[in-house]
Amino acid sequence: MSEPRATSDLVEIPDDDYGDIPRETLIGLYHHVRLARELELRLVSLFKQSKVVGGLYPGYGHEATTVGSAFALGPGDVLLPLHRDLGAQIARGQPLKYIFAQYMGKATSPTGGKDGNVHLANPELGIVGCISHIGAMLPVAVGISYAGRVLGRTVVTMSYIGDGGSSIGEVHEALNFAAVLDIPFILVVENNRFAYSTPVNRQYRCEHISDRAAGYGISGVRVDGNNILAVYAAARRAAERGRRGEGPTMLECETMRMMGHSVHDPAQYVPRELIEEGRRRDPVARYERYLLRHGVLHEADVPAWTERVAGEIDAAVTWAEQSPMPEPAEAARGVYAEGGSGRTLGGGV
Amino acid sequence: MTVPARTYIEAIREGLRGEMRRDRRVVCLGEDIGAYGGAFKVTEGLLEEFGEARVLDTPMAESSIVGMAIGMALRGLRPVAEMQFADFISLAFNQLVNNAGTLHYRFGFKVPMVVRCPSGGGVHGGPFHSQNIEAYFFHAPGLKIVAPATAYDARGLMVSAIRDDNPVLYLEHKFLYRRVRDEVPEADFSVPLGQAAVRRPGRHLTLVGYGSTVAMALEAAQTLAAEGVEAEVIDLRSLVPMDLDTVMQSVRRTHRVVVAHEDRRRGGVGAEIAAEIAEHALEYLDAPVGRVAALDTPVPFSPPLEEFYLPNAAKVLEVARNTARY
Ligand SMILES: Cc1ncc(C[n+]2csc(CCOP(=O)(O)OP(=O)(O)O)c2C)c(N)n1
Repeated sequence: MSEPRATSDLVEIPDDDYGDIPRETLIGLYHHVRLARELELRLVSLFKQSKVVGGLYPGYGHEATTVGSAFALGPGDVLLPLHRDLGAQIARGQPLKYIFAQYMGKATSPTGGKDGNVHLANPELGIVGCISHIGAMLPVAVGISYAGRVLGRTVVTMSYIGDGGSSIGEVHEALNFAAVLDIPFILVVENNRFAYSTPVNRQYRCEHISDRAAGYGISGVRVDGNNILAVYAAARRAAERGRRGEGPTMLECETMRMMGHSVHDPAQYVPRELIEEGRRRDPVARYERYLLRHGVLHEADVPAWTERVAGEIDAAVTWAEQSPMPEPAEAARGVYAEGGSGRTLGGGV
Repeated sequence: MTVPARTYIEAIREGLRGEMRRDRRVVCLGEDIGAYGGAFKVTEGLLEEFGEARVLDTPMAESSIVGMAIGMALRGLRPVAEMQFADFISLAFNQLVNNAGTLHYRFGFKVPMVVRCPSGGGVHGGPFHSQNIEAYFFHAPGLKIVAPATAYDARGLMVSAIRDDNPVLYLEHKFLYRRVRDEVPEADFSVPLGQAAVRRPGRHLTLVGYGSTVAMALEAAQTLAAEGVEAEVIDLRSLVPMDLDTVMQSVRRTHRVVVAHEDRRRGGVGAEIAAEIAEHALEYLDAPVGRVAALDTPVPFSPPLEEFYLPNAAKVLEVARNTARY
């Protein structure tokens, strides 16, 4: 397959083109895409039981995009996921138990209850959590990569933006910074057709967001975001380009938001046809069919996988539920790094 | 050992250069800071010594300059970002307040970075090149703020700001750049964050200032002394953390206090100091806390207007006399 160009032609990857992806990776992707789906369904059910504190923004339907992209990163790379990217967090190794503890506001969550939902970090795994201000993590990603360069190590950074988020000014700033400095930064654009209730035709007038890449002089790639192997292959290629010093990539993944903006939102503004089309393209079922068709997975294996995924989630939920809530006075602590208290990505220099 | 006289701006540069020599993780970034040496020439010569990777000329995008510095800090560098003028930090407000200021609290990251802010008026820069920005950020948790008044402190506080593991706003006063000159040792030294300096001892009245108002307070104190009023002058040096102990101890001895800053009065740092004194030392006060500050207007351009807007030694003196007489 030819290298993506600095335009946003849809990169169509025929099914037989995945021959170079090892079986282990194919199975790893399957495991995580199933986990991502079940994890969120469990969170929705915990939400209905009032066990989730605050909001929940399901990434149901995005699993191929989030898992496929983050799976392409290497050990020293850094992920900066956004509000619908739990799939990316777990693909990077964020323990499930931390995720549940975080949503429940428990003392055992990585933020100790100081922040909630998908605002999770993990310095050891190279994950920096987001702030709620969409777009604000993109220049941070560029800085992380740049630091790698100064310290003599290539650090690929990957962050995310939605079709709505693509309208924010900082997206332009960060892509332009990354472009002029040849930063190995991958911006995954999760184009799921809606930003809260606002459809894409109220966000941009160009044909595709990734068409903008050419204007920055960077690589723009567009893939079917419900095809996990297409996302994985394109993200891996973007990471390789970055490592070769060829700069950033805008990777637009065309997907569909299959639930409301949050669990509070019934999404009545979404036309039924789009939902139905999204169902037909369901990324999890589709990948499973692919693996079965290619003999990577056998019909008889599926129930065991289902059980394994449920078991992992059950264990994590139990751990989180049994975890204590934080001590109230903890709220007053930890504003400043004192006496060497702070951590650094990659364990320092 | 020789202790040469240095201007405030040279002291800032020497602080930066010394830390860049000492620690390869210290990296400067900002607009026009490389070959040009910065709009005020603070970074002159650094590119030649440290190279392009460590003296990074950036595109014009303040939010991303600060955002990028945050990323650099997370990955193990000690970035020093320059705002060409402090006024433009409004574009980076979100990055500082929400991102830099919360990363330790939420995730336990350290964010060792400095944002240099050429601040203040008196140079006829008009509404957008003369502002003091401390009050906007004084309110925000997770950020530290320093404001040197002398060349010695300009270097010593730069060193401490760079070595600190938190985001620090370093307010360098443009008016002082080439007007303030004092003795700065050649040897390595630092001035700790959060420690005020008593610039002049006195027993009748306490004058509290920082940055440009320290010199005004000293000038006013000299006149007061001739009138038989011995004013103690405290230079805060660091606003967050703030050395309120030194202020309180002084107030408990002198029983009268005037707080002076160049920033606007309403909601300024002085209001917080006055409230702290009211809460913790009211019974020691023989007069209401006096305040000297700029007008609550944009910074006007024309010299007579700007002079009317800004505090000066005469205005400090007037409020100090009223407080002393009360
Ligand atoms: C700067 C900013 N403005 C508004 C919001 C509130 N908000 C959160 S998500 C969202 C819609 C985002 O849509 P999109 O970027 O398309 O991503 P999606 O939620 O569809 O995945 C909005 C308006 C925010 N978080 N940040």
